Amino acid sequence: MTIETQPRTDIRQVEYTVTLDSKTPTGPIQDRWDQHKFDMKLISPANRRRFTIIIVGTGLAGGSAAATLAEMGYNVIAFCYQDSPRRAHSIAAQGGINAAKNYRNDGDSIYRLFYDTVKGGDFRSRESNVYRLAQVSVNIIDQCVAQGVPFAREYGGLLDNRSFGGAQVARTFYARGQTGQQLLLGAYQALARQIGLGKVRMHTRTEMLDLILINGRARGIVTRDMTTGKIERHVADAVVLATGGYGNVFYLSTNAKGCNATAIWRAHKRGAYFANPCFTQIHPTCIPVTGDHQSKLTLMSESLRNDGRIWVPKKIGDKRDPRDIPEDERYYFLEERYPSFGNLVPRDVASRNAKAVCDEGRGVGPSGLGVYLDFADAISRLGVQTIRDRYGNLFDIYEKITGEDPYTVPMRIYPAVHYTMGGLWVDYELQSTIPGLFVIGEANFSDHGANRLGASALMQGLADGYFVLPYTIGNYLAQTKLEKVSVDDPAAREVEAEVNQRITNLLSINGKRSVDSFHRELGNLMWNNCGMARNEAGLKEALRRIPEIRAEFYENVRVLGEKEAINQSLEKAGRVADFMELAELMCIDALHRTESCGGHFREESQTPEGEAQRDDANFSYVAAWEYTGNGARPALNKEPLNFEYVKPSQRSYK
Amino acid sequence: MDLRLRIWRQKNKNTTGKLVTYELPGISPDMSFLEMLDVLNERLIEQGEEPVAFDHDCREGICGMCGLVINGVAHGPEVTTTCQLHMRHFKDGDTITIEPWRAKAFPILKDLVVDRSAFDRIIQAGGYISVSTGGTPDANAILISKESADAAMDAAACIGCGACVAACPNGSAMLFTGAKIAHLSHLPQGQPERYDRVRNMVQAMDAEGFGGCTNYGECAAVCPKEIKLDVIARMNGDLIKSTFLSSGTRKMGPNATRNGK
Repeated sequence: MTIETQPRTDIRQVEYTVTLDSKTPTGPIQDRWDQHKFDMKLISPANRRRFTIIIVGTGLAGGSAAATLAEMGYNVIAFCYQDSPRRAHSIAAQGGINAAKNYRNDGDSIYRLFYDTVKGGDFRSRESNVYRLAQVSVNIIDQCVAQGVPFAREYGGLLDNRSFGGAQVARTFYARGQTGQQLLLGAYQALARQIGLGKVRMHTRTEMLDLILINGRARGIVTRDMTTGKIERHVADAVVLATGGYGNVFYLSTNAKGCNATAIWRAHKRGAYFANPCFTQIHPTCIPVTGDHQSKLTLMSESLRNDGRIWVPKKIGDKRDPRDIPEDERYYFLEERYPSFGNLVPRDVASRNAKAVCDEGRGVGPSGLGVYLDFADAISRLGVQTIRDRYGNLFDIYEKITGEDPYTVPMRIYPAVHYTMGGLWVDYELQSTIPGLFVIGEANFSDHGANRLGASALMQGLADGYFVLPYTIGNYLAQTKLEKVSVDDPAAREVEAEVNQRITNLLSINGKRSVDSFHRELGNLMWNNCGMARNEAGLKEALRRIPEIRAEFYENVRVLGEKEAINQSLEKAGRVADFMELAELMCIDALHRTESCGGHFREESQTPEGEAQRDDANFSYVAAWEYTGNGARPALNKEPLNFEYVKPSQRSYK
Repeated sequence: MDLRLRIWRQKNKNTTGKLVTYELPGISPDMSFLEMLDVLNERLIEQGEEPVAFDHDCREGICGMCGLVINGVAHGPEVTTTCQLHMRHFKDGDTITIEPWRAKAFPILKDLVVDRSAFDRIIQAGGYISVSTGGTPDANAILISKESADAAMDAAACIGCGACVAACPNGSAMLFTGAKIAHLSHLPQGQPERYDRVRNMVQAMDAEGFGGCTNYGECAAVCPKEIKLDVIARMNGDLIKSTFLSSGTRKMGPNATRNGK
């Protein structure tokens, strides 16, 4: 095995412009999906049982896809690393799910949801995909209600809605603060039904470690059973990755501890292009880090910004109790800088400004990385009871974690990595550049452009799984002549041998540092140099440092325990090894995209007021990176973006 | 703060385990319980000893993956998940005993990790509404009173962590099973299969080796999502009714009749 340890600071690109066929339909945008569905080839119900589909990951996207494909008659083999599909990290989404139902009669429509999503994504998404997403959003709500998802209701028995994330219409459906949980349980129960019926073979506590290609097509995966340590080969007619995002590159994020990029990264190394890896979303309202022991970050719903006022002390290094700091010594930085939107500016703007005041030395709390979110004014204006009704459960979470009472002491918040808009490149049919490999949910790059709107992640996961992939995968299977393959195919055995080699290598290094210590070091570097704000010098520094960290990892990591047993250190080691390679690609992408857009803020590209400055003339494209071998520069493929309906404009929140 | 930990160590399913004592100085009260175990594991790795295996994932109290018996109480002294328990609830110099869930239906896999797949099989036996994707009516075509929706949501909040089973002297899963049955039976969509569901799920639950309920109420006392004992009464009521209904002979899935695995 060769391990790439040399820095790749040369930023010249190899560019290809011909290979990417997005299969985007033409014609009026409202007819494209219907027309495309009609144009696609079908597989008759009786023939579907002849096909087997592997689905990796069983969150909202994977769980809903597995259930739906099994209902249609396909044989499904599904995998998740948790002990049950009910635990996927989709479960942690609090706020809600958007749908263009217009139940509030406030002027919402499919077109408006489409428009908001394209604009919110800062004009870096594909119009056709986004329109389809808005179209099927209404079906998702119908489906979930039929499954028994207990959405919030009004007294008359109709569904309740709220407005979310600065949207001017109330299109968000919710189930208390646990919308993700309830939607996931809906998909999980549909999946459980198919497992019970024998149409889905479910492998829990099983991790995909590589992809098997036979004759250029994705035909299977190699897995490790995390209970027995056994390495296994599985083959099928198509493979679907629904393995979520890669926010844990940063070590600290709001992702679950087990979330990882291994499946998509291994697929990338086998030929799937990775699109816009630098597009990551930082959420402004998370509970700050308390020390080096911190293992993850907890999000507080951004609805808190509706009533909370964000401030820091004017005086640098002011360590007084916030309640003793008089009004005229407080800096309400969002209200002062953005008088019309104030505390309700979009996520990226709020996050960057919080970082800026902390960098100036005005940050609060023990670490100096925090700003106050103060409810004192709202409580004196509306009364404690109203605030308790609106945010009671969030205040309880905060108090449980910090031990401070937010009714009397201002909350402290700080931004944290939350979502990754980038992911494997897929065409309109959600197929990657490897034939037979489909990618759905957060794992793909589509739909959200450079910035995702609130309550849209759940929508996209379920849209892909329930209503898009089940059609498009049939089109692939119907048009492709697939030879019969077995797990004993030489190509499958070769991939397994490589997986075994990697594991043996990790276990034999026997150095001095734990896996977590490397992960923390990498995460810290990424957060500082490829986080909320990026610049050329910082990115070049990261590109110099990452290979050094990686080199030390392969010389000095200590992974104890055995291969053929439960070994959580070994699991982590494999994931961190892949994060270190992905981190480098993220920095390369961030370095090449010299414009600012959405969650990607390049300090060199800002308006005179300090806002993100897009460069549509040069960067109105999807950057799809192609793996070109160990140590070689990845090649840049560009998918140009055309905006026929929503004309690009510069955002302004002044 | 300085702590003494007594932790259950067990190599695998087939070996017997024992409590091993570790001294752990220098713990911050701001750490979560699992972060405290992370610190222990980092130090064990430094010393060349294999770290303690424990299940965890979201670390924000919603995925249900974590679960430890702490000083004899499932999820420890606060009514919350283990990941949301913080060290400020302990004192400097405390001895803390940490064990896995203990129940016949949850075999120990290693150290503090147990196999809860029995819960999945109970759901597979009928914990769903039989609708396939597509062709469903408009969401607002089904009217549901706010009271029913709220009652369904109260029960649906279950995270499937298994603390109820771990706390029960009988190792009963009736709070878990009852919660899913109550969630679906409070809704109009859940009515057509209501009595088949309860019969099939209870049968699956019994086949997995969970004990019966004798009203200790320990399950509800430790439930991090505060699921009420009422769900068990509701399940029992439905189960009795189901025996009088002829429609109750239908099996919802093949697993409903299978014993155990």
